[in-house]
Amino acid sequence: MTTTTAIDAPAAGLTPPRRRALRGLPTAVWVIALSVLLLVSLVVTVTFGPADIRATEVWGSILGHLGFSPTALGGEALSPLRDGIVWELRMPRVLTAAAVGAGLALSGTVMQALTRNPLADPYLLGLSSGASLGAVAVILLGLGVVLPVAAFAGAIAALVATLGLAGAVGALTPTRTVLAGLAVSSFFGALTSLIIFWSATGDTYREILSWLLGSLSGARWPAVAIGIGALVIVGIPLMLTGRTLDAFAFGDTAASALGIGVNSTRWILLTATALLTGAMVSVSGSIGFVGLILPHAVRLVAGQRNRVVLPLSALAGAIFLVWIDTGARTLFDPRELPVGILTAVVGAPVFALLLLKSRRIS
Amino acid sequence: MTDVTTNSTTDAVANVSALAASRVSFRRDGKLVLDGVDVTVPIGSFGAVIGPNGAGKSTLLHLLVGTLPAESGAVLFDGSDLLGLRRRDRARIVALSEQHGDSDTGLAVTDVVMLGRTPHIGRFSAESEGDRRIVSDALAAVGMSAFADRSFDTLSGGERQRVHLARALAQQPRLLLLDEPTNHLDVRAQLSLLSLVRAQTAAGITAIAALHDLNIAAAYADSVIVLSAGRVVAAGDVASVLTPELIGDVYGVRADVLTHPRTGRPLIAFDTT
Repeated sequence: MTTTTAIDAPAAGLTPPRRRALRGLPTAVWVIALSVLLLVSLVVTVTFGPADIRATEVWGSILGHLGFSPTALGGEALSPLRDGIVWELRMPRVLTAAAVGAGLALSGTVMQALTRNPLADPYLLGLSSGASLGAVAVILLGLGVVLPVAAFAGAIAALVATLGLAGAVGALTPTRTVLAGLAVSSFFGALTSLIIFWSATGDTYREILSWLLGSLSGARWPAVAIGIGALVIVGIPLMLTGRTLDAFAFGDTAASALGIGVNSTRWILLTATALLTGAMVSVSGSIGFVGLILPHAVRLVAGQRNRVVLPLSALAGAIFLVWIDTGARTLFDPRELPVGILTAVVGAPVFALLLLKSRRIS
Repeated sequence: MTDVTTNSTTDAVANVSALAASRVSFRRDGKLVLDGVDVTVPIGSFGAVIGPNGAGKSTLLHLLVGTLPAESGAVLFDGSDLLGLRRRDRARIVALSEQHGDSDTGLAVTDVVMLGRTPHIGRFSAESEGDRRIVSDALAAVGMSAFADRSFDTLSGGERQRVHLARALAQQPRLLLLDEPTNHLDVRAQLSLLSLVRAQTAAGITAIAALHDLNIAAAYADSVIVLSAGRVVAAGDVASVLTPELIGDVYGVRADVLTHPRTGRPLIAFDTT
């Protein structure tokens, strides 16, 4: 490296401000802190609900089902009825909420980086509606396909439709992409509602709502298996793509000049997000805005590097949805809100803020 | 680096220790944007690509760095076939500093420069102490060390361009391509950026820049390649190429070419009467 000539000295007197101290914290500290917070949240939220259950009983139930004595390690024995509430109802529900929150937040992070669109989110770009349609087609029409596979097919169809539509009218600007996503998600949402009406059994309106706005009220252990399974198979590899995503920061040409195969990378990673979103939506319906809010919140405190943002978004998404879903089932007890109403209450203002902020770049 | 001998092209290339593009063509929407372009820039020298808007300057740089696929032709660098390399291997030899508008990234300056290490670091591994040292050296080379922790978005145009140069240097390239590096910069920033580039060529890097300003090209470049409508209309050392006739032919303006009183390089005075 060479020295610079006299003319090169940057204007003196401008002492650049230090980055905020929080951003200096090592990623490992954040990961450990959020992991602990997630574990505590899981145990604490299981105690919330109409039946008053203590944290020690939750711990006892977990120990019991793992083959230990419930009273070992500070646990407390509980009646079969209470054990059923903990182990068959609340536990799978909070775990599903955690998996879905993590999966949606991860998908949002990856989509935002790859499309360089701060408004990208599986719900806003129509993936969630597509996945709902696929899931409903299997559940209600009895299509002979595995549930997450059908949801994935729906999600990828919606993704292709949205990006195709937005691209057909010009460059993929954030606002165009979101408008195309709106068209696609309205269409797929209408088809979903139509199928539910057509094959009506029981409370049609409630069922439509729970697919369009999302609900975790039906989540049992099979849902946990799908959610956690998708996180392990698709989510964890996605978390390792941070450096590749960072290379997209200055656009496709810059990424390509840095040695990234732009098109193949984009399609592989977008397909992975469709897979992840599909799996999550197949157990929860379309829960909106999780993939939008959490990545932005994480970036505010931890900076923009995707290697950091990916794992932290996943953890924050899990914690967020666990608490929001607890709110959905307890706030208006005994009635239950579709959880998507609460995420939209938080998410829509965030969306509006981002829209205002992105006005000058698009 | 792999050594590939391409039979069809080596004959056309006299100088092996150079960047040598031969008969490179590129078509966009059926239209020939570059038509059999030959470029030779000796290693360790600074070549300027000039020409009117739409002449194909940026396209040429993108073909050299492999971000656009050439329709035909070959690009040899120091005897090896650049376009035949795997993308990641090529990114360790060639770096491109593009002209970026107002890219809103939120990344810190260090993080932007660290992007230059992408082709060197394993996809799933962490950056090493060595990578961090290369990044801080690159920032020092462009005089931006004091800005390491600043958010890239808060920088001025000239500062951003320096950081992009640092990012390209962190790639540790042997060939440095710059696409209109001085656009939107004030005079001071223009001059300082180009002296940085010339310092790099003095250190052995080969640099090629697409430039609009003929006087900047005349003052800094060792050789010029003049493109017009996708063809090379003249190439060679600055003084022999930049003549009033050529400027008249290519740009359609009248100009006198004087001699800089201190550097002896050509100085172009446009006839504005």
